[in-house]
Amino acid sequence: MSSRVEILNDGGFRSDGRKQYELRDITIDLSQQGTADGSATITHGLTQVMVTVFGPREAKMRSQTLHDRAVLNVEINVAPFSTGERRKRSRADRRILELAAAIESTFEPVVQTSLYPRSQIDIYVHVLQQDGGLLQAAVNATTLALVTAGVPLLDFVCAVSGGVHAAAPLLDLTTLEENDVPNLTVAVMPRTRAVTLLTMETRLHVDRFRALFELACEAGQTVHKEMKRAVRGRTVALVGAMDAGGPKHASSGDPDRDVIMDDR
Amino acid sequence: MPRPPSPSIPEKEFVYGALKQSLRIDGRAMLEMRTPTLTFGPELGWVECSLGKTRVLAQVDGKMVKPPPERPLEGLISIHSELSSMAANEFEPGRASDQEVTITRMLDKVLRRSDAVDKESLCVLAGQRVWHIRLTLHVLADAGNMLDCACLAGIVALKHFRRPEVEVVGDEITVHHPSERAPVPLSLHHTPYCLTFAFFPDSHAGTPPVLDPAHLEETLAAGLLSVALNAQRELCVVQKAGGVPLPPATVMDIVDVAVQRARELDALVERALREDWAGRDVEVR
Repeated sequence: MSSRVEILNDGGFRSDGRKQYELRDITIDLSQQGTADGSATITHGLTQVMVTVFGPREAKMRSQTLHDRAVLNVEINVAPFSTGERRKRSRADRRILELAAAIESTFEPVVQTSLYPRSQIDIYVHVLQQDGGLLQAAVNATTLALVTAGVPLLDFVCAVSGGVHAAAPLLDLTTLEENDVPNLTVAVMPRTRAVTLLTMETRLHVDRFRALFELACEAGQTVHKEMKRAVRGRTVALVGAMDAGGPKHASSGDPDRDVIMDDR
Repeated sequence: MPRPPSPSIPEKEFVYGALKQSLRIDGRAMLEMRTPTLTFGPELGWVECSLGKTRVLAQVDGKMVKPPPERPLEGLISIHSELSSMAANEFEPGRASDQEVTITRMLDKVLRRSDAVDKESLCVLAGQRVWHIRLTLHVLADAGNMLDCACLAGIVALKHFRRPEVEVVGDEITVHHPSERAPVPLSLHHTPYCLTFAFFPDSHAGTPPVLDPAHLEETLAAGLLSVALNAQRELCVVQKAGGVPLPPATVMDIVDVAVQRARELDALVERALREDWAGRDVEVR
């Protein structure tokens, strides 16, 4: 099918009305899901991914534990209704296994696993809606879920996808753009600006790659701001709830106090 | 068989210490690749590639099939690779370990998804008959960096293979035997080469990355970065699936090194193919 839809028109607008470097709307929901220790749902435009984290807890299979560290176990479940056409994916689908392996190896050096020897941290990724940027959404949601679970991390991991159309770099691609344009996904750790994950599966010239890569690393900082805002909002709400139940004279309106001390 | 035993502490410390001083266990330079040796078999499309002690065998064959209805004008390419216990003790046929999944997916991306072979040239009769090219890879021995060896073997086999010439008159297809008419090479858009770099803990504190890791270096690596590109400076696949975080400048330096090595590899492959072709007798009398 030829692309009758223009990826980037003369006015600088893309097929969904965004500008060249504009990211899609990000919605973050950190409310608790069931009995999970941590959970997060992130929406990039129309792509929605929910991640639940259980752990650190006792490992199901003793043979797979490590004596000095925790083991990360990632399972991905792509809902059959997530794409335009309803399609059931088998669990052993190579693409899904690769995605799970990528997430596991991305978070392995970021989670402070040496604090929990002989235990397991289970990360369950549920893909609810797909419209491009699946790896990006999965990585971002996993970071947030780990944060809400209270698992100690070295830093956030913020992922962005990007592509190049006729020498113009684009950020945060939809499915339409992903199918048409060479694209890559980058995940950065914002404090040190180091790159943890980088995947590209389409042909792209080295010079174009350089420009896109640097741009995507910068975009990671923007995603980080959103994630930090959501986490801070949730923490303030939680602390506020704790304060509201305490004695009146102790709640001096200071939201950063996490211990209510009895002055008497 | 379960996980192989992890390297002992003296081995680990020795390797890390040596790498800090830019010394590798097998005496190579940090960014030096083992010279690949290409052995061509009697049949066209049979290649054995070895990088040091890592050996991979690739074989290509083609047959004519009916194309799927959604793509009637393109040929089919399938890559079959399985790590058997011959490569190393921990691989079992039928059960895909993490490493096997990574290798199979990378091979698929480098050789098939990068559009190396021109699929439209494989069409014989639109909607009825197309060529189905099958590439089979066997890993014979694993001494580190199976991925690069397998990609090299695969792409050289595709370049080496010659399919029988086909004549189409109206709706009639005549396949000429190689002894009647000289077989035709596959039409390749470009030639991707895969290069793997290994990183070690505290890479920012001075342990530089290593090209073409040996088995021990691969096991002790804290991260791997694989770059597949062709000699025209086009990147086909870049894969850094986690591992130790790297500053963006390091990634770009690695890509520049890869560009240079790809050019050298290309020259080597072309020379080997030319020598082999000169030694063959494919004339038709």
